[in-house]
Amino acid sequence: MSSEAVLDTGTQEAIDIDRSKGDFSYPESHKFDAGVGLSPATVDYICDVKNDPDWVREFRHKALKTFESKPMPTHWATKDLENIDFDVIRYYLSDGTKPTRSWDEVPDDIKETFERLGIPQQERAFLAGVEAQYDSEAAYSNVKEELEKDGVIFVNSTEGLKEHEEIFRPWFGKVIPTGDNKFSALNSAVFSGGSFIYVPKGLKVRHPLQAYFRINSENFGQFERTLIICDEGSELTYMEGCTAPKFETTTLHSAVVELVAMKDAKLQYITVQNWSSNVFNLVTKRGIAHENAEVRWIDCNIGSRLTMKYPGVVMKGRKARGEVISIALANSGQHQDTGAKMIHAADETTSNVVSKSISVGEGRSTYRGQVHIPKHLKGCRNNTECDALLINSSSRTDTYPAITVRGNQHATQHEASVSQVSAEMLFYMQQRGLSEGAAMSLAVNGFVNDLVREFPMEYSVELKRLIELEMEGSVG
Amino acid sequence: MEATLERGNVLEQPPENLEGVPAWFNESRQAGWKRFLELAMPTRRDEEWRFARLKQLDFEGVHLPDPEPPAGHRGAAGLEKRAARFGFINDTLNESEVNLPEGVICLPLDQALAEHGELVAEHFMKSESTLGSAKFTALHQAHLSTGMFIYVPDNVQVADPIEVFHWLSGDHIITFPHTLVVTGRNAQVSVVDYFQSDSTARNAWAIAVNDLVAGPGSQLNYLVLQDLCDQARMIQVNTTTVARDATAKSFILNVGTAWARQESLSRMEGENAHSDMISVSIARDAQEYDQRTFQHHVSPRSYSDLLYKNTLYDESRTVFSGLIQVDEGAHFTDAYQTCRNLMMSETAEANSMPGLEINADQVKCSHGSTAAMIDDEEIFYLRARGIKSQIARQLVAQGFSVEAITRLRNEALEEIVLSFSAREFSRISERVVT
Repeated sequence: MSSEAVLDTGTQEAIDIDRSKGDFSYPESHKFDAGVGLSPATVDYICDVKNDPDWVREFRHKALKTFESKPMPTHWATKDLENIDFDVIRYYLSDGTKPTRSWDEVPDDIKETFERLGIPQQERAFLAGVEAQYDSEAAYSNVKEELEKDGVIFVNSTEGLKEHEEIFRPWFGKVIPTGDNKFSALNSAVFSGGSFIYVPKGLKVRHPLQAYFRINSENFGQFERTLIICDEGSELTYMEGCTAPKFETTTLHSAVVELVAMKDAKLQYITVQNWSSNVFNLVTKRGIAHENAEVRWIDCNIGSRLTMKYPGVVMKGRKARGEVISIALANSGQHQDTGAKMIHAADETTSNVVSKSISVGEGRSTYRGQVHIPKHLKGCRNNTECDALLINSSSRTDTYPAITVRGNQHATQHEASVSQVSAEMLFYMQQRGLSEGAAMSLAVNGFVNDLVREFPMEYSVELKRLIELEMEGSVG
Repeated sequence: MEATLERGNVLEQPPENLEGVPAWFNESRQAGWKRFLELAMPTRRDEEWRFARLKQLDFEGVHLPDPEPPAGHRGAAGLEKRAARFGFINDTLNESEVNLPEGVICLPLDQALAEHGELVAEHFMKSESTLGSAKFTALHQAHLSTGMFIYVPDNVQVADPIEVFHWLSGDHIITFPHTLVVTGRNAQVSVVDYFQSDSTARNAWAIAVNDLVAGPGSQLNYLVLQDLCDQARMIQVNTTTVARDATAKSFILNVGTAWARQESLSRMEGENAHSDMISVSIARDAQEYDQRTFQHHVSPRSYSDLLYKNTLYDESRTVFSGLIQVDEGAHFTDAYQTCRNLMMSETAEANSMPGLEINADQVKCSHGSTAAMIDDEEIFYLRARGIKSQIARQLVAQGFSVEAITRLRNEALEEIVLSFSAREFSRISERVVT
């Protein structure tokens, strides 16, 4: 069978994701709007509206200077970054409503948005808490009472830095310093929204905490800032999902997520990213794992025009573990530039990276990885696997890992492969009565299946909707 | 000639026109010099120089060598059976011995330029240097005065290898060894380049360019045995183009120099083109080997396989950056890339960046990179059989390199490589014992 036969329109539809569910927008009625463009005045405006403490104002101004002084990383990254016009972006926007606690208080149109995003009613009861972000400020915030009783703090970042400064401030900007890269500096200057979570010692949060993010204003960049701290021996799973309404001009999303896992803690951060295909998604995510702690990033990138995201783990304590599991799907007009960064900074630390990407049409997926094992450490291990699946003849995939090992007490291995859905496989399934599109869809599903299983039950609904059912559903 | 000039720093000395060469060659030298001046020195921001130690690019006081009076053979004993042997001391020819089939052109470059100018022009430095050392390639082009030109016409097979010895002598000198090998349709040849020096070659440089052009159906083997003294440095830029049904095999052995940067590019230009890229590096003390490779699949149904093996002792350091690029339309490509690092000390450092860029369909590509120490069980096994642990470690390390060496699939060539690597291993092993 020729490759062309595989690529009929039915297949195209089969592997295309239906984003129309995110294709809607409500009238904008923003009481607070910082206007377009970025200057010290914009930063001051944000500080005034949010009533930031002085140390935050100072932090933002310093970050703005860093942002301005740093060049675009186009010497290694895609030239597409040059298409971002920082002068036409709105850096702050809020509907002015205070975060609400009960579901009844949430404005109706926002409720409808969530309805259409498909947070199932029954799932809500099941989930421990929902921190839903509408534009910059959390419009809905609900932490189950029992968690509050246990001492879990789950608030937006603004509330976190004001009400819980003593926990928030020591770690804020420590995992990812302002000057880490141009976009972390941008976020540090204009951040708003995002979550702050603190899990007290020894508490194992049974149900995942969840937040949905949305972008809902044209030319409006969303700069949420999330900081999660799991104290000694605690456990937490946090889930973040994004869908964005479609706009005609380009939108910038640049988040910073910092995770801290203290001794023996386990922290898992799950993302399903499905921004519309005009969004620049430039995110910095990093976790610190202390002694015997574990940080896992589970990352699924389906949307956006350009995603650049390399979740990292700094393994700072003995026997710390870091893991990145990622799935990327790049369709025509999309570039999923994702990867992982594993910094071993203590003895007997282990890290694992498993990355699977699917390139469809003219889509391009890229894996960039960094593994660093410095001198004088003993018994560090890393395993990296990258597999890429190319669907069409014009699909593209790149892999650029970088591995540094010093000393002879370690073991690293890196493997990558690129393959197609084999003609034999499709033939075999068609012979058993499946249509070509269904067979292709099944093969693609099989390719990512072992990773999809890593997502918790609660989230598989969302993920299935995005990859599995949507693909199969449009095959007639 | 060059050497009559004053001993100015080579980076500040424009080339003068040579006599007895075609006009285009002198133009090329001037063009190289112009380009050298235009291009900037590598900086930390250059992705091609990631992990590289830029302070190694030290040309302080480096100048062109005085002409050395031709003397007898210098360097390794070499092969017993050979089709030809040429030796250069500081880029000056000092020995030649030829026993070649009719029609084969195997001449020092200056002589080839005089006698076969057009043929040389057709293949001379046709590829752009894209893996980071463009500036140094331009410097090579500017100061190049001789080298080897080997042309094997259609249907001619040279059974025994051709040996070329490049000997460096004297401190702060710089040489520009050049090897151009062209094979015609269904031709066959093996060429071995030896890079060696005496211990006076402190802060000496070799900036070598070797271009291999494998014609349709031909078989071209090329070996580099790099055994310069520990104070010398080397940049080597290799370009291999492989035509339809041709097989090119290149092998690099590193046992010498303070620092070597090697850039190897292989272009598969016809269907069923086949390229093997193999390297063995044994690094000790503060030696650094910085290797960048590029497997470029232009045509469909071509094949490339890369295996680089590094054994790292002491404070040594290696960088491997490899890229497989499959162009649009180069369907049914098979491309493999493996870099393995054997860490023999607690202070050695291995960096690897194996990369893939795939723009075609129906390809089979994979890359792998590993870094690990010798397994305790392997040592235990050998010790249980009465072998001392020191020797056991040496044996295992040697076995690790042998896997790559046997890929040469040519007994004589394997033997010559093994003689170098075995000498290096026993030198390291003895040193550890004392």
